[in-house]
Amino acid sequence: MFEILKRQEMADGTVVLNEISAPLIAKKAKPGQFVILKANETGERIPLTMAETDPKKGTITIIYQVVGKSTALFKSLQVGDKYQDVIGPLGTPTHLEKVGTVACVGGGTGVAVLHPITRGLKELGNHVIAIIGARTKDLLILEDKMKAASHDLRVCTDDGSYGHHGFVTDVLKEVLEKEDVKLVVGIGPVPMMKFVSKLTAEYGVKTLVSLNAIMVDGTGMCGCCRVSVGGKTKFACVDGPEFDGHQVDFDELAQRLDAYKEEEKRAYEKYLHECKLS
Amino acid sequence: MAEKSQKKEKIPRQPMPEQEPDVRRRNFNEVPLGYTPELAMKEAERCLQCKKPSCMEGCPVSVDIPEFIRLIKEEKFTEAIRKIWAKNSLPAVCGRVCPQEIQCEGKCILGKKDKPVAIGNLERFAADWEREHGEGDLPQKAEPTGKKVAVVGSGPSGLTVAGDLILKGHDVTVFEAFHKPGGVLVYGIPEFRLPKEIVFSEVNFLERLGVKVECNVVVGRTVTLDELFEQGYDAIYIGVGAGLPRFLNIPGENLIGIYSANEYLTRANLMKAYLFPDYDTPIAIGKDVAVFGAGNVAMDAARTAMRLGADRVRIIYRRSREEMPARAEEIHHAEQEGIEFYLLTAPTRFLGDEKGRVVGMECLKMELGEPDESGRRRPVPIEGSEFKMDCDLAVIAVGAAANPLLTQSTPDLKLNKWGYIIADEETGKTTKKGVWAGGDIVTGQATVILAMGAGRLASDSIHKYLTLGW
Ligand SMILES: Cc1cc2nc3c(=O)[nH]c(=O)nc-3n(C[C@H](O)[C@H](O)[C@H](O)COP(=O)(O)OP(=O)(O)OC[C@H]3O[C@@H](n4cnc5c(N)ncnc54)[C@H](O)[C@@H]3O)c2cc1C
Ligand SMILES: Cc1cc2nc3c(=O)[nH]c(=O)nc-3n(C[C@H](O)[C@H](O)[C@H](O)COP(=O)(O)OP(=O)(O)OC[C@H]3O[C@@H](n4cnc5c(N)ncnc54)[C@H](O)[C@@H]3O)c2cc1C
Ligand code: SF4
Ligand code: SF4
Ligand code: FES
Repeated sequence: MFEILKRQEMADGTVVLNEISAPLIAKKAKPGQFVILKANETGERIPLTMAETDPKKGTITIIYQVVGKSTALFKSLQVGDKYQDVIGPLGTPTHLEKVGTVACVGGGTGVAVLHPITRGLKELGNHVIAIIGARTKDLLILEDKMKAASHDLRVCTDDGSYGHHGFVTDVLKEVLEKEDVKLVVGIGPVPMMKFVSKLTAEYGVKTLVSLNAIMVDGTGMCGCCRVSVGGKTKFACVDGPEFDGHQVDFDELAQRLDAYKEEEKRAYEKYLHECKLS
Repeated sequence: MAEKSQKKEKIPRQPMPEQEPDVRRRNFNEVPLGYTPELAMKEAERCLQCKKPSCMEGCPVSVDIPEFIRLIKEEKFTEAIRKIWAKNSLPAVCGRVCPQEIQCEGKCILGKKDKPVAIGNLERFAADWEREHGEGDLPQKAEPTGKKVAVVGSGPSGLTVAGDLILKGHDVTVFEAFHKPGGVLVYGIPEFRLPKEIVFSEVNFLERLGVKVECNVVVGRTVTLDELFEQGYDAIYIGVGAGLPRFLNIPGENLIGIYSANEYLTRANLMKAYLFPDYDTPIAIGKDVAVFGAGNVAMDAARTAMRLGADRVRIIYRRSREEMPARAEEIHHAEQEGIEFYLLTAPTRFLGDEKGRVVGMECLKMELGEPDESGRRRPVPIEGSEFKMDCDLAVIAVGAAANPLLTQSTPDLKLNKWGYIIADEETGKTTKKGVWAGGDIVTGQATVILAMGAGRLASDSIHKYLTLGW
């Protein structure tokens, strides 16, 4: 069993951090890898990236946004509660190397996924420019950590309540104009990754994105997570989750993420209703 | 003798009581209901107790068929199950899923003139009777040897190895990637064919014997084979199955509503999506369903789709009825439940709507040409025979391949050109010292009993290694 040792709410309670005891996974995990969690007997298998790991303590940290039934159920778990199942580390680790100047662009909870990669790139001696964004100031997460993990942090909000007024892509464009950026890592909502990739393609800058396809097993056994990359079908859970942003068919990914929209709504409403009753 | 056998043939093969097709096609309860003791004893009486029982030649693990049937006839059910256990540790499973018509029953002498003895049904009866009425006493274990064995994968192959070696006194741990043990028996074969309670009760039996089962461990990721050796394991058995889905590789295959059989069946069985929203995992409910392939996997997917509420389910297969690889009983049950068969038909592309959901497909008619490597006549497209069919859900069940996850992390394990592990046929030894392999990851997708047979050979060899050396 996988006990929650630390729990913290962020971004007005829409995002939750859990530090979980999982010694075997903590020992092996590398930046860019994820775990699959299942809260209880009837639960769904949910993939979440490890935002941090502590091999000595034997813990992993996840940071997730509450978007539906399963993440709402996760949010209800308190310190001392346990996840029934945690499986990992899954996925191919990020290939980190020294290339010069890099830009790490994160939107929403994508910042949690981006953080260990950003830190890894800095540790290797790259000059790291980080750009993070959220809809509004209260939803911004991990600003301090991203500041520490980069040389130059730029913040933006869609509504201008904090930092630059506008999208991360606006700031990225400025950076691409001025700096000799060798690599862009863009992680966030699908439309954001799509526009980041479109922009960097114009500048011919290599771009990594992390794809959050729907998954079941996470070991390449079911094909649920298939994505089109460079016209070929890949399994996000084993071939990814990171891919060359210039090759990804984001429109297909966005459509496939909607596969269970109706069912998800039904399950979430039922859950909220039952919460009210008890 | 001649007179006696004539008399015996008068008892007709006792039919298995079943749920009515109209009822069962909408529920997930088991289809065959099992023999009563009376039916079982009556069926057992049909066996001629052959001196040279040809039925046994058809059984890959040589269950002593005439002997266990005689014991059933004499109402010695506990003795009967002990006799079966001597060769087969999962009889409740095999009695239900073995392709008996090409194995034991296919060789039964009675089958020449009449219907063969219902060996599978009797095996199932003995196992079920023991589970429900038996004392549950455990077999004798050998003295502890102090040797540690790791079994990777908890399918029928891995479970067989674990059961054999724990009895021989070794310390056995099974590592399973999924959150529940059982392999295909749990994630693939549906509840209505093999109730999961039966599999869990078999695993529970092994745990009572002292086998440790560690779920949520993806060997190759959570821990590597070499790390297991470092942790003090003396031998490792790999029984990870053939867990890689094959697709058709035709345009439109990533549309929403197109599943691999692995995904569709895992959602339905392991994740219990048929109980959504009481269970959280969703599954698409198709009204007009197309299933590609004609093996057991395809039948299971088609019958699952029917139970989830389809109006119409079609099996689409590029060869003819004769080549369909599924067990005869599955095809028969599927037909009874109203599944339609479109033979000599192959899809060429899927069609979608503006939301990326599948709405139909284009197909070609085929005819049979010259035999191919498998000895079956090769299907050849008929020119100009394109036609369209509607569907709102498609399941692709055209076979499985080797999942590279574990083997990629173990470069010193030799693979054949399809990525399956090379293992000695007699012993299961791989090219890596201290490592054995068997089941689907060696042979490609085969059968439960063959996977168990490979496990049995390997456990004998592992035992020899642990007591004598490599
Ligand atoms: C490799 C990977 C890493 C991820 N890392 C993070 C992370 O660090 N933080 C974070 O907040 N989110 C992350 N996600 C997304 C997260 O898995 C989903 O938000 C979560 O599954 C939603 O479940 P739900 O039941 O609460 O919502 P639902 O109401 O079920 O669905 C909401 C959305 O989540 C998607 N989704 C639903 N089920 C699954 C599933 N089984 N697998 C993947 N997506 C699904 C759907 O497309 C849907 O649009 C990651 C996804 C992947 C594939
Ligand atoms: C839908 C379906 C229906 C079938 N019907 C029949 C039938 O009616 N009759 C019949 O005889 N046969 C049938 N078969 C075939 C039969 O189930 C298989 O041949 C048999 O299960 C193979 O056994 P195995 O032990 O080799 O592997 P599996 O049963 O595949 O078990 C392998 C196990 O290893 C685990 N694993 C994989 N990788 C790792 C890893 N890296 N680390 C840890 N664990 C891992 C898997 O999760 C799985 O639990 C069917 C197969 C399917 C898919
Ligand atoms: S194990 Fe299978 S083949 Fe052997 S006797 Fe039993 S049902 Fe027949
Ligand atoms: S071949 Fe048939 S009749 Fe003869 S022993 Fe076997 S089951 Fe009985
Ligand atoms: S999640 Fe099943 S193959 Fe990727």
